[in-house]
Amino acid sequence: MQTNMNVHDGRELTIPRRKLWTVFKEQKYLFLMMLPALIWALLFAYTPMVGLYMSFVNYQPNLGGFWTTLFHSEFVGFDWFEYFFTNGDFLIVLRNTLASTLITLCFSFPMPILIAIAINEIKSVRFKKTVQTASYLPYFISWVIAANIIVTLLSSDGAINAILKFFHITDESILFLQNGKYFWWIVAIGNTWKDMGYSSIMYLAAISAINPELYEAAKVDGANRFKQIRYITLPHLKPTIVILLILALGGILNAGFDQHFLLGNELTKDYSDVLSTYSFRYGIQNGMFSYASAVGMFSSVVAFIIVCIVNFTAKKVNGQSLF
Amino acid sequence: MKSKKSIAEYMFDTALYLFLTVIFIVTFYPFWNILVISLNDATDTLRGGLYFWPREITFDSYLAIFRNPEIWSAIRVTLLRTIIGTSLSIFCISMLAYSLSKRHLIGWRFFSFFFVFTMYFGGGLIPTYMVIKSLGLIDSFWVFIFPGLIGVFLMILVRTFIEQLPGEIEESAKIDGANDLQIFFRIVMPLCVPVLATIGLFLAIGHWNSWYDSYIYTYKPELKTLQAVLVKILNQFQTASMMSDAQQLAKSNSRVPVSSESIRMAVTMVATLPIVLVYPFVQKYFVKGMMMGAIKS
Repeated sequence: MQTNMNVHDGRELTIPRRKLWTVFKEQKYLFLMMLPALIWALLFAYTPMVGLYMSFVNYQPNLGGFWTTLFHSEFVGFDWFEYFFTNGDFLIVLRNTLASTLITLCFSFPMPILIAIAINEIKSVRFKKTVQTASYLPYFISWVIAANIIVTLLSSDGAINAILKFFHITDESILFLQNGKYFWWIVAIGNTWKDMGYSSIMYLAAISAINPELYEAAKVDGANRFKQIRYITLPHLKPTIVILLILALGGILNAGFDQHFLLGNELTKDYSDVLSTYSFRYGIQNGMFSYASAVGMFSSVVAFIIVCIVNFTAKKVNGQSLF
Repeated sequence: MKSKKSIAEYMFDTALYLFLTVIFIVTFYPFWNILVISLNDATDTLRGGLYFWPREITFDSYLAIFRNPEIWSAIRVTLLRTIIGTSLSIFCISMLAYSLSKRHLIGWRFFSFFFVFTMYFGGGLIPTYMVIKSLGLIDSFWVFIFPGLIGVFLMILVRTFIEQLPGEIEESAKIDGANDLQIFFRIVMPLCVPVLATIGLFLAIGHWNSWYDSYIYTYKPELKTLQAVLVKILNQFQTASMMSDAQQLAKSNSRVPVSSESIRMAVTMVATLPIVLVYPFVQKYFVKGMMMGAIKS
């Protein structure tokens, strides 16, 4: 087979075996440049995958080094998974995870669309810029800072309780963070607060790609601005909306560790425990390493399957792969 | 007919401005509120009711935290990890991106998959902890740098950028006898400054904001980052709000005074301020980065 080194059509070239070493020598610096990343991937991405074997053994941490201990531990098969599915925690944790992500989706999905459309309709550039600058800011702070802010706003003499008392919605301060029934809503609103401005960028980009002549034509035909949004902006946003919705649904089991860990406490545990915090608590804090590893493995395998389904669906809908 | 239409338009505009003003207040006010509380006298803050303006303006809370060696150490560690981590990551990510931009690389398809796969599947919390422990990275500064060294998504951004560069410059350098290393460092990397600045800002903000690695992989107080100290203060505050005064007194041997909300807010401000300061520059690059990602997918 002929080799042509100048072909850049994206397909891998088939190289005859006897030439492989020569080509490798020509490319030695490319491999050298890849080396740090290669070592990184092996050590910090693939070795932990091998370490998932601990989900199938009874790992006892006091026997020596990790790998020796791991391969000398008693093999227990799927016992830890079975224990997880049957001990009653599974349903609670799964309920919390789904409740948190789905309630979040109800707020955080429509908000960026509304913001993008509203910003697009505003003529004052200064007002537009001010709102955009403020609304992107929460995205860039850590969840630690966000949690500190939320705790302050929701405290018994915080701003939220002050507003509720002002409008006589409540006479007594509501202890939001000490009461489990508010927890999912707090996380959902917190997630939305943090991401809505930044997520609107995607929609603003899609809106800016719409041909302005369409709006001119609609104006000539007598369409008011509401009708312009209804019949021009929204239909043009549809592909973006569909793709981002599929992507968001792909993250349905990924409830985010930070917000649940930082905002949850002993009193709200029954509502704040999601897959990642549950695995953390049993593994790092209680030392049940194999059990925690099995819980983590369950969620990453299911998440991976969901990502594959999402990619397949997106391909069908959009005609292109997300990978 | 015409006047009726303009009334509708007028109401529509009012609704738009109202909606966006609410969005502005909701996203801006919380930051204002923590600033107000942090600038108020710590004892006076206990009375509550601080919403728009401090009652007794004082910088005491800030002075108190800057007198605290724990905070200084945390700021130093955070700055160090941000600078070292960001530069090492940029270096390694851009080299990887350059290698993978060459489609004629032996095993290109394999290596691409090898890295992209790590974006979608991982060993998870516990095995990662075990591996990091077995590598001796517990209680080491390098635990902040190495596990997060490569961001595959950022690598794809850089690779896309490199692929869009005109190929002629590289070709002519190759004819002049330059090897891949020379081409990368002398020609490609200088051309990549815009995209490297973009990912650099992503990485720097990530380093500044990360707390989890410091929280679980380090025990030494001198390796606690600012965000990890803030987590500790938040935890103590959350616990304190559930405990009686006597229990609080018994636990108050901490080096950072926790009883005061003003001090908690001052630490929060100190952790937020650098983000707010670099933010105007970041905004432009982040939007660009996000657009690039959007185009890619």
